[in-house]
Amino acid sequence: MESRNGNLVELRNVHKVYFRDRIEVPVLQGIDLTIREGEFVALMGPSGSGKSTLLNLIAGIDSPTDGEVRVAGESLGTLKPGKLAAWRARHIGFIFQLYNLIPVLTAYQNVELPLLLTKLSAKERKKRVLKVLGLVGLEARAKHFPRQLSGGEEQRVAIARAIVADPTLLVADEPTGDLDAKNAAEILTLLQRLHAELEKTILMVTHDPHAAERAEKTLHLDKGVLQP
Amino acid sequence: MKYFRLIWANLLRAKRRTFLTVFSIAIALFLFCTLRTVITSFEASLRASEATRLVVRHGASLVFPLPLAYRERLVQVPGVNGVSYGNWFGGFYQDPKNQFAQFAMDVPTMFDLFPELVMPADQVQAFRSERTAAIIGKALAKKYGWKLGDQVPIIGTIFPGEWRFVVRGIYEGKTKDVDENTLFFHWDYLNESLPEGRKNQVGIYWIRVASPDLAADVSRRVDAMFENSPQPTKTETEKAFQAGFISMIGNIQLLLTIIGSAIVFAIMLVTVNTMMMAARERTTEIAVLKTLGYSDGLILRLVAGEALLVSLLGGLLGCGLAALVFHESDFTASGFFPNFRVLPETIVAGLLLAVLMGILSGIVPAVTAARLEVASALRKVA
Ligand SMILES: Nc1ncnc2c1ncn2[C@@H]1O[C@H](COP(=O)(O)OP(=O)(O)O)[C@@H](O)[C@H]1O
Ligand SMILES: [Mg+2]
Repeated sequence: MESRNGNLVELRNVHKVYFRDRIEVPVLQGIDLTIREGEFVALMGPSGSGKSTLLNLIAGIDSPTDGEVRVAGESLGTLKPGKLAAWRARHIGFIFQLYNLIPVLTAYQNVELPLLLTKLSAKERKKRVLKVLGLVGLEARAKHFPRQLSGGEEQRVAIARAIVADPTLLVADEPTGDLDAKNAAEILTLLQRLHAELEKTILMVTHDPHAAERAEKTLHLDKGVLQP
Repeated sequence: MKYFRLIWANLLRAKRRTFLTVFSIAIALFLFCTLRTVITSFEASLRASEATRLVVRHGASLVFPLPLAYRERLVQVPGVNGVSYGNWFGGFYQDPKNQFAQFAMDVPTMFDLFPELVMPADQVQAFRSERTAAIIGKALAKKYGWKLGDQVPIIGTIFPGEWRFVVRGIYEGKTKDVDENTLFFHWDYLNESLPEGRKNQVGIYWIRVASPDLAADVSRRVDAMFENSPQPTKTETEKAFQAGFISMIGNIQLLLTIIGSAIVFAIMLVTVNTMMMAARERTTEIAVLKTLGYSDGLILRLVAGEALLVSLLGGLLGCGLAALVFHESDFTASGFFPNFRVLPETIVAGLLLAVLMGILSGIVPAVTAARLEVASALRKVA
């Protein structure tokens, strides 16, 4: 890993300001944050406190107004858009609250999407897709379309899609926010397994204390500031 | 093309919309090919006409005949070095739908005046020496499966009755512009069979001048000669005669071009709108793909590729249909469009037009998708 001293994510004095009708809306106000390789971190905070914004900065799909975001040895502010996309493909697995599967593609094809960006042959892609579908327990659903799956199953397919290219960091934005308690628990168990067995580094946004308990460490964000 | 399936799946997302779009593009290009073919067929017959060949017809209208006696006087005109004549027969084979041109020709002179009709010498000889013989173009022979020696019955409309001809020759055009869909038979045979009052009447005289620059002089002289007779003439070059059909309907070429362009343009606007709708509906999905690491350039190509594929499918359907329809049917408009077939150039132009439509209709949604800001696009649903 290219990261220095085992720190996979390092944020230094990160600010994010949005403009709403020309009025400045400060969302993140001087965030310092370090996540070490192999950690499973939960990020909690009230709605609107800037959790998603912070996660998006770390995942390289948004950029800070000020400060430095270093992830996997790369200072994201210095990367050109094309490079940043390639960097995301290589390092980030993103899990959304609303799963965000492509409705016209089967579970198998959805999981394959990140692999299309690699040089892998069709045969190798198939091997990998079936392997991760097996890992999330959905091998039998490979040919199903998202609308034929339950919410919990959809989220498992989304997790398979997030891990299929073996990214450095998994980020999840309220991954259980749209699920009932039983399915939520299953998803959290799956994430715990990915952390424990595959040594994945995971950053999970949640406002559910039960979900946060599954992580090794919990950060609290309030009004754009990380609480000690 | 591992991304093809992604593009294809997106097209199948709204099957009805995709079908309607493909279909309307197909219609536009079908019409484009058809109108283009009207123009190229006219051009071909103009090219096939000889600059040294003049057409002499009744001054009032083509439907009035001229006396056979004019022949002797035409031969005398200075500058004229060949005369032939014939009548438009206007019949059909078995069914009025089977339209092709038939001409009763003065056989002894016709090959002299029409050197573009190429036939083996023995067939020329056989045709000359038999009163009921006929010759047919190669394309016509192929279409009806007629061979040398076959009896071909033609039902006359201007000259009523069933006329039986024996095929004694199959001619080819010297160039590809020459029509190969006509049946020629003996004018003498027609003339003999007519009642006394209709005998010795000629529809068209063709005269040949020694060089093209004599054409104007000779035309004037011929028309002056018959000016005060009961049957005045109108003489013009074959080109002008052909072009006369065109001017009958005004500046058809311009008209057809305007109509064709208008159709294509209208359909393109509809397609642009459809493509933009299709892309807008997928804002979140595009943001998701970008999150997975799909670059702006790749997204651009995927969205543009989709528009291009739709247009190309429409283009192939429309142009293919045109080629098929005008190959299988015999749309000759009673012989006015003897060579009505879709040229390869027309198909190529149609497909290029389809590609252009694809690019133009895909460019706005593709650029919009490529520029999409991931974080804000994802917010809209959450
Ligand atoms: N693109 C944007 N434009 C304007 N305001 C935004 C934008 N994105 C986020 N915000 C605002 O930033 C604040 C934090 O949003 P977010 O990070 O989504 O919070 P959380 O995920 O903790 O609920 C909210 O007040 C939200 O309205
Ligand atoms: Mg949020």
